[in-house]
Amino acid sequence: MSGRSRLLPWAIPLAVVPVLVLLAYGFRTDPHDIPSPLVGKPASPFALTAFDGKPVALDALKGQVVIVNFWASWCYPACYEEAPSLERAWQTYKDRGLVVVGVNFQDKEEPAKRFLTQFGHTFPNAPDPAGRVSVDYGVYGVPETYFIDRKGRLRFKQVGPVSDELLKREIETLLAESA
Amino acid sequence: MRRLPLVAALLGALVLAGAPASAAVPVSEDTVHDVAAQLRCVVCQSLSVADSPSETAHQMKDIIRERLAAGETPDQVKAYFVDKYGTWILLSPPRQGFNLLVWVVPFAGLGLGLVLVLVLVRRWSRHPASPAETPPLDAAMRARIQREMAEREP
Repeated sequence: MSGRSRLLPWAIPLAVVPVLVLLAYGFRTDPHDIPSPLVGKPASPFALTAFDGKPVALDALKGQVVIVNFWASWCYPACYEEAPSLERAWQTYKDRGLVVVGVNFQDKEEPAKRFLTQFGHTFPNAPDPAGRVSVDYGVYGVPETYFIDRKGRLRFKQVGPVSDELLKREIETLLAESA
Repeated sequence: MRRLPLVAALLGALVLAGAPASAAVPVSEDTVHDVAAQLRCVVCQSLSVADSPSETAHQMKDIIRERLAAGETPDQVKAYFVDKYGTWILLSPPRQGFNLLVWVVPFAGLGLGLVLVLVLVRRWSRHPASPAETPPLDAAMRARIQREMAEREP
């Protein structure tokens, strides 16, 4: 009798507090924010054929800063929001050693080409018909953007749309480094 | 003697040409399904690659089939996906480090609960509730009961 009444006030907090701590932790973390194990490692090589028929291969771009952007025409609004920023970044930095490569993710050719015409993209864009490049980069949704330095290492991954500020910050950091 | 390098080159070419054919291992769909069932479909919410009808899951299954056909073991195929996506891609968290809690805590909780129930049951059976809660009859009470019972009897 006396043993039970001494234990009882402790039993409730003992059971409730760990659950509250777990919930507090769980609700503060974003389940969609999954760190890529590939950041810091050499970027996976790829060889694709662009919509205009020209080859796009990472090996041919060594020594340059490369941005690989995964997008789709059905990815509205995020891909539509970032599209003008990507073209602006390409126009601003292409003469200083930047290459932007668009990889079209799980899309059909017609709407994809319409998307490129709509935004007047002039940087190379290629479909990834078998999804190999997407898996090699650990893509789990669009848009995702990967920043590769002059040495060919993956340095930064952006999940969700890129902004002018983010592009400027990352590109200028990587362009300042030597090959 | 001058022809020796040529012969060697031809032999080498034959070996190389033969290599992919001999390396292609017949792959059972069961194995493909087994590996796919352990991997998370990356574009879905809580679906395995085996269960998802999405295009990405189809392509991931193709990659699994291709890698198994190239002679990789199921573990090597899983390691490839873990390499690209981290352990997040595995539907069952690996039994090590912090993740071990997920495997240990439910059983520890169950064990603790069982022990608690056992202890309580033993305590209750050692101190039967009824005699402890009814005060013993003293002489005055006994006399009063007998008196009142006698008064009721005609």
